[in-house]
Amino acid sequence: MTGWETFLTAAIKVVLAFALLLNVTILVVWFERKVVADLQNRIGPDRAGPWGILQTVADGIKLLFKESVTPRKVEFGPYIAAPIAALIPALLIFLVVPIGRPFTLGDRVIDLSGMDLNIGLLYILALSSLAVYAVVLAGWSSGSKYPLLGAVRASAQMISYEAAMGLALVPLILFTGTTSLHQIVELQSGTYLNFIPAWNWILVPSFVIFFIAGFAETNRAPFDLVEAESEIVGGYHTEYSGFRFAMFFLAEYINIFNISAITVTLFLGGWNGPTFGLGAPFDWILPIVWFLAKTTALIFVFVWVRATLPRMRYDQLMSFGWKRLIPVSLLWIALSTVAIGLRRMPPSWWPFV
Amino acid sequence: MVEVIVFAIFALAALAGGLVMVSARSPVYSAMGLLLAMFSMAVFYVMNGAHFVAAVQVLIYAGAVMTLFLFVIMLIGVDRAVDRTETIPYQRPIVYVLGAGLVALIGIAVLDVAAAFDGSLQVAWTTGRPSGNCTLDCVGTIENISGELFTGWLLPFEATVLLLTIAAVGTVALGQFALKPRDEAPEGVE
Repeated sequence: MTGWETFLTAAIKVVLAFALLLNVTILVVWFERKVVADLQNRIGPDRAGPWGILQTVADGIKLLFKESVTPRKVEFGPYIAAPIAALIPALLIFLVVPIGRPFTLGDRVIDLSGMDLNIGLLYILALSSLAVYAVVLAGWSSGSKYPLLGAVRASAQMISYEAAMGLALVPLILFTGTTSLHQIVELQSGTYLNFIPAWNWILVPSFVIFFIAGFAETNRAPFDLVEAESEIVGGYHTEYSGFRFAMFFLAEYINIFNISAITVTLFLGGWNGPTFGLGAPFDWILPIVWFLAKTTALIFVFVWVRATLPRMRYDQLMSFGWKRLIPVSLLWIALSTVAIGLRRMPPSWWPFV
Repeated sequence: MVEVIVFAIFALAALAGGLVMVSARSPVYSAMGLLLAMFSMAVFYVMNGAHFVAAVQVLIYAGAVMTLFLFVIMLIGVDRAVDRTETIPYQRPIVYVLGAGLVALIGIAVLDVAAAFDGSLQVAWTTGRPSGNCTLDCVGTIENISGELFTGWLLPFEATVLLLTIAAVGTVALGQFALKPRDEAPEGVE
């Protein structure tokens, strides 16, 4: 490929990925409101569009045209930068996630993801660790006490659960021997015994730890102390209104989608699924459908947990992170390392054979 | 050409970040300046093909170290501007001497590179992608880095591991054995 072709392909992919994320956010917000309403015996939004599906669009337009009130005591630079800092990592993380089988167009193969990075997993961890800056900057620059309390809680919480999140991925890297998301997905293709999909079942502890840490990283219930309404009003975004608030909101829901998509990619087979031998167009349409279906299932879990569990206390949150999640993941690393090491040894070294 | 433009942008950003870090009144702005400088350095690593180091730079420095800085700054009072009176009288002269030394070192390195372009002198301290055709084997992928680390540089690697373990154990020890009441630090000393 020439330089221009590479550039054009990348540009088109990035624009498509961002468009997908923004549209998916609209659906995720609506999905959450509908499901929570169902779980609470309510009807939920049902006025705008069929089943209220346009409710989020209406809310978004309202926020866009609302005045962005700037309180007098804010530090203006960081105050403006914080919503942007929330949105950028959320948008960038998704670029490494493969959403479907690579397909051939003419003589070149096109991956259905922004890029196939050799350091894919590290890229995800690095960018998700940047998400905390938005919260910290917003809280500090608002010049108000509730945002500051929210920001202090957020930084402690996100550092703690990031450690567990990173540790949960160590067995995965050892098991698959790669950090490229494309390769991880391809290694999960095929089936055991012709009907059990060959996902990373063996890494279920990693999956559980990663997903729990994902709840904390996205500041979702039951770990939503960062924006606990009953204690600290809105938390870090108390002083934000209009479209600046909308950007925080957008970033939160994009992050939910991202965590679900990444979990699906790492542990639940990514876009792998039966194509029923239907032939050319379905060979790459169905994988996208499978990917979106699995991701939706995990987003449902996010919503389900939110509607079910009460918010944790701050000390419970911290002791759960440091005294349960991290030791368990360390133990799991030790166990899985031994198992993987034994598997790789030549049979003559294996004491049990 | 693209490389030069990207380098120019991020070199300026790194310099600006460094200047903000040393000159800002508020520690939060200093931290943000340092963050900008570190982020720009990650871009330099990517430009030199060291993707792994770039990711680790962002993950460790921007993601963990700077977040901790900000956390501490917030906990110990955010609105206090730093008191700028010098408490160590000989600090300034030392800084001038060390600064001059650093400039001299950088100058030597730059001259060295300039000489290398003439082909007359061996480059001593330059980093970056080796010239000529660079295939995958000179790119800083995880496979290459770990290969080097666990074959050629195992002993220094293990020594670093030992050092970090000692540091971690020391931190736990310092936190675990609290001072007895009569040993408590006097007023005003943390």
